[in-house]
Amino acid sequence: MTGLSVRDLEVSYHGLPLVTGVSFDVRAGERVGLIGESGSGKSLTALAIMGLLGVGLVAHGRVTLGGEELLAAPDRRLCELRGDRISMIFQEPATALNPTRRIGAQVGEALRAHRGLRRRDLRRAVVDLLGRVELPEPERYARLYPHELSGGQRQRVMMAMAISCRPDVLLADEPTTALDATVQAKVINLLDRLVDEQGCALLLITHDLAVVSQTCDRVVTMYGGRVVESGPSADVLGAPRHPYTAALVATAVAATLDGPARIGHLPTIPGSVPAEGRFPSGCPFRDRCGRAIPSCTVMPADRRDGERVVACWNPVADDTDAALGVRESQPEPSAYPVSAQPEDPR
Amino acid sequence: MPRDGPVRRRTRNPSLVLGGTIAVAVVLAALVSLVWTPDNPLAVDPALRLAGPSGAHLLGTDEYGRDVLSRLMAGSQVTMYVGTLAVLIAVGVGLPAGLLAAQRGGVVGQVVLRLADVIYGFPALLTAIVLAAAIGASSTTVALALGVAYIPVIARVTRSNALVVLGSDYVLAARSYGRRPLAILRRHVLPGIASTLIAQTSLLFSLAVLAEAALDYLGLGTTAPTPSWGAMLQDGQNYLGSDVLLTVWPSLAIFLCVLGFSLLADGVADRRHDTDRHPRPTDSAGET
Repeated sequence: MTGLSVRDLEVSYHGLPLVTGVSFDVRAGERVGLIGESGSGKSLTALAIMGLLGVGLVAHGRVTLGGEELLAAPDRRLCELRGDRISMIFQEPATALNPTRRIGAQVGEALRAHRGLRRRDLRRAVVDLLGRVELPEPERYARLYPHELSGGQRQRVMMAMAISCRPDVLLADEPTTALDATVQAKVINLLDRLVDEQGCALLLITHDLAVVSQTCDRVVTMYGGRVVESGPSADVLGAPRHPYTAALVATAVAATLDGPARIGHLPTIPGSVPAEGRFPSGCPFRDRCGRAIPSCTVMPADRRDGERVVACWNPVADDTDAALGVRESQPEPSAYPVSAQPEDPR
Repeated sequence: MPRDGPVRRRTRNPSLVLGGTIAVAVVLAALVSLVWTPDNPLAVDPALRLAGPSGAHLLGTDEYGRDVLSRLMAGSQVTMYVGTLAVLIAVGVGLPAGLLAAQRGGVVGQVVLRLADVIYGFPALLTAIVLAAAIGASSTTVALALGVAYIPVIARVTRSNALVVLGSDYVLAARSYGRRPLAILRRHVLPGIASTLIAQTSLLFSLAVLAEAALDYLGLGTTAPTPSWGAMLQDGQNYLGSDVLLTVWPSLAIFLCVLGFSLLADGVADRRHDTDRHPRPTDSAGET
């Protein structure tokens, strides 16, 4: 089993950096959660790892899978690795399946490409896979078209495709975001079990901090295309050091059933993620941060503390109530449009 | 899983049925005429000049006493030959070019598109006339000129439709599990653009039929005595005053053939949208 290592990953679009200096490891068999608001660069990071960036997007840095460099690898080699050693589950199972082809044919694609399976062998393997993702009557489902399945079932099909060649690393890009709340838990449990059975490493991109705390060994927080904090998930989510992680945790805590009653209000992170290229200089979060200090105009260096890394000049101290600290130091935003307008520091 | 019966589908798409019927009839006429025609289309009989319709000659005879029905049937061979060859050339070159432009994009794509523009800049009929003057008039010359002229049409339709498929999430997913570009073209792009391409091909076929008839009428295509609808039209117009039917029959044949293949194109396009609009109901059972 091999792991994934990302070093100083930068993704830019015609010179405009979208992801900067992203470094993290997903060791063999380890589960890492990648969290952050939409627009933080999580999906771009995943696509860059897969070598599937769209036209005009360029990735620099080092991405290694079991010691093999991926970013510089020729397309031919990437085609061999993708789906075999590293695979990906997408956010929208409805569009990630070809509507005109039967489920069975699509699930078998990776096995056909990498294992050379044909006809009987392929059909047997596909039915077996559909059974493993807990679709009832796998033989019948293999003959159906994507529109005949529900969202949860389609995501199970995507999982079957992703694990068909027993990859070392599985990237899951918000696998439950497009699903009904009632189905999300089932799909996550299944993903959890499949990863367990196969012993593969998992990079789980999600908004759901509860899922991260349950399933992931470590967590990486991204904001503004940078990693702002990383470490063991229990530590990071239990006592976040970076104000951004703390704010995410605070909103997640409040979103639980008894949260509003306990806290008295629904906290939000003031403002919104600015458009790319509109992030402030220095720390990208400083214009939304309640703990910003003058030195935040310079990009903070990583502070290491054992397994934990935080990029902040003024991290949340261990003794404050992290979940509430940010919100208390932040004045109530008087009007939404004002606070939503990112201030241009220049 | 109840599927739509053939009857229901047909009633919903009259263009497909009517166009398909006419197209099949023309193709059948051409095929039958290869082995059998009511009379020899080339046999001259001065005694029977300009005879009206009769039991022996259902559509009458022309100014040389040749059987009009037999000549119409035999003339459909030329129509089919030119239409098919033109479409084959257009698809044979335009489809790969369009796929290449869509898949590679960048400089390669731009070069392909600009080349298509250059060809598109020459009117098809003018190209055919110049070519006929340069290498001699024949059905093959006409087919060649029309085929080349239609290459950009197929290339553009292919490219724009292929771009839509290539930009889809399922192609991204296919790449994520290691499918190579050629496999993606074969498994996702070609099936995805097939119906549009078939509709476009059928339309071009009808245009080719019309253009071929026009060139034959001008004497720049099929050479005498091989029967062709356009040449028959031209022969017949000398007798417009006395024997108007001689021009009516080939005109009707051209009209029906063009109408048939354009209706077929419409029908195929409609069918595509029809299936887009009415997906089968989602079976939500089993999500447990």
